[in-house]
Amino acid sequence: MFKEDNLANILYIDLSRRKYWVERRTDLFEKYLGGVGVAIQLLKEECPANKEPLSVENPIIFAVGPLTGLFPLASKTVALFKSPHTGNLGESHCGGRSAIALRLTGYGAIVIKGTSSIPIYLAIHDGRVYFRDASALWGMTNSYTVGRIIRQNEPAEGLRTIMRIGGAGEKLISYASVTTETYRHFGRLGLGAVFGSKKLKAIVISGKHSLPVKDKIRYRQSYDYIYKEAVSSPVMKKYHDLGTAENIFPLNKLGGLPTRNLQEAKFEGALNISGERLAEGYLGRRLACAHCPVGCIHIAALREPYEDELFFYKTSMISYDYEPIFALGSMLGISNPEGLLKLIDQVERIGLDSMSTGVILAWTTEAQEKGIISEKETGGIKFSWGDYSSYLKAVQFILEQPNQFYRALSRGVEYASQKYGGIDFALSFSGNEMAGYHTGPAAHIGFLIGARHSHLDNAGYSIDQKILRLGNVEPEVLAKKLLAEEYWRQILSSLVICFFAREIYTPEICLEALYSAGYDLSKKELIEKGREIHNQKYRFKVQEGFSLDNYHLPERIFGTPSLGGKIEKEFVHKVIESVKREIFSKQNTTK
Amino acid sequence: MRLTVKDVEKCVGCQSCMFACSRIKGEGGLAKTSIQVKSVGGMERGFMVIVCRACPDPICARVCPTDALTPREGGGVKLDITRCIGCGYCKSACIIGAIFWDNETNKPMVCDYCGYCAKYCPHGVLKLEEWGGKHV
Repeated sequence: MFKEDNLANILYIDLSRRKYWVERRTDLFEKYLGGVGVAIQLLKEECPANKEPLSVENPIIFAVGPLTGLFPLASKTVALFKSPHTGNLGESHCGGRSAIALRLTGYGAIVIKGTSSIPIYLAIHDGRVYFRDASALWGMTNSYTVGRIIRQNEPAEGLRTIMRIGGAGEKLISYASVTTETYRHFGRLGLGAVFGSKKLKAIVISGKHSLPVKDKIRYRQSYDYIYKEAVSSPVMKKYHDLGTAENIFPLNKLGGLPTRNLQEAKFEGALNISGERLAEGYLGRRLACAHCPVGCIHIAALREPYEDELFFYKTSMISYDYEPIFALGSMLGISNPEGLLKLIDQVERIGLDSMSTGVILAWTTEAQEKGIISEKETGGIKFSWGDYSSYLKAVQFILEQPNQFYRALSRGVEYASQKYGGIDFALSFSGNEMAGYHTGPAAHIGFLIGARHSHLDNAGYSIDQKILRLGNVEPEVLAKKLLAEEYWRQILSSLVICFFAREIYTPEICLEALYSAGYDLSKKELIEKGREIHNQKYRFKVQEGFSLDNYHLPERIFGTPSLGGKIEKEFVHKVIESVKREIFSKQNTTK
Repeated sequence: MRLTVKDVEKCVGCQSCMFACSRIKGEGGLAKTSIQVKSVGGMERGFMVIVCRACPDPICARVCPTDALTPREGGGVKLDITRCIGCGYCKSACIIGAIFWDNETNKPMVCDYCGYCAKYCPHGVLKLEEWGGKHV
């Protein structure tokens, strides 16, 4: 990296003492590039072993990378923290303007420590930190409103990110999200609750520094190649045209769309909530993250009449993506697109992770059907698949927590099912609710072994579709494929490249781009870093109690035939054993 | 030539134009950009593109005390940075906000109508075109 590059500047903010300082860590950014590679080192430095996630000791780390602000699609911010949802490694990625703002305010990473005694929000402009009283914002459940107020109150329009929590984060719901730019999120694993525990309502960051490049002509050539690929490749066109919602229809057709709590993997109402149908009926605007020409963010315009006044309408702008459509649509049997959009809107406003929320409500519905819980627990709600109005009420109850049952739901489906029963159909993987893929064994093994228990860790769903459908694969081969993908994704996450651009950013292109940013690496060195970062993450996980020795997989995934047919337990077990051998023996993670 | 905004409703807010404007000056980041995209108050309501529209009788040049900014044939201005004292009158005078400020040099920046940004607009929002220097 360049000697003077401010990428290596790390901003430390102590909320307890209202103090901030900067430390230069060229060592970290040279060795681990940025993003998750640097963030895991900072997490290990800042987070003492085995502390409560909602305690004062849990830090929040944000990191971006050397390509941010230089190349398109290096546009994610990685957040690391200890997750209140799983009690282990918390990792969440977010786009919007967050990465560009962080990099151009003059830092490669931010570490937030301590807890404020009063509600507070942070404003970081051109590298300076301002502690702003947020008493007037505390108790505001609607994250949209919080954004509107801060927009009015702060400078740097167009050059800033506004990260904020809604009511869910304040109430410490373990899967509360942090929203940025209204439509993007640090969605998974409860960063919102960690914000809430620190009485941190929001962070606004802005800046417009320049960044140095090596060899201006070569930089422009590399840029042009990546840009051209980003605007012309069919994959990117797909994300631009219909967004991630494009996958609903094909995945359902193939029989991999989790439906009614994964009692089925095909949804008869899928067409109604498909990307095509939502675009035709409701698409009101497309948006992009800063420095991404693709524009995959799809916003529906939902026009609704007020019931009590004639000719009085409201129009809500609601972002939709594949995952919320699966979790709050097919998983709950909802085929009414307007009902689905209303439910997504409600979940987003209060700042819950939509995937966890949907999976939890799907379990609740089945638990009530099976008589494990009654209307006494549900507060009088009689859940039935597809009845979105009952789910709207339930989301409000999760926020308000009027009784013990909803308090349990606010801690996730694993916790609730341990307390009430129905663990066989609680679709959780090490505490994190499943993503929208019942494609075969690789997807589910991927959720379990992935360092953040996300479909994005290793894209098992893709391996299912590309490889397993075509024939038998040896367990060891599948284990290696999943791990190889996860190792490589550590590089992409350290360069904070959006995974949608993973086919553009091949190792060669990453190296070429890194050259402009002042890094001179060989392919071997680059690839090796991925394995090392993965190893570091796993060491943290093991330290915090994660193990693959007594893993639990929900019985339901073996009962419902997947896109690739019935999933065999024995095969899954063999793959996991193979993963264990690979991770724990070769990399000495337990040391 | 000048840059025109053909259809701002097609703008997705990617800011590729802003990065292009900095890049043509040989830098990454955004410090050197003379074009800006920002939301009109919430991204769901769309964006505005702020860039010099090459006025035929530019107010920024009229208020410049050192003739660093002078009217350009065909509309707009030329900036002679060596004459500029960084007083900021031009920036205050331009009501559309198209005089940008380089905090690193403490001098103004304004579009020089090269059209590089338009090449990186993925949705045809921006276009460089002849216009003859007259508002119609």
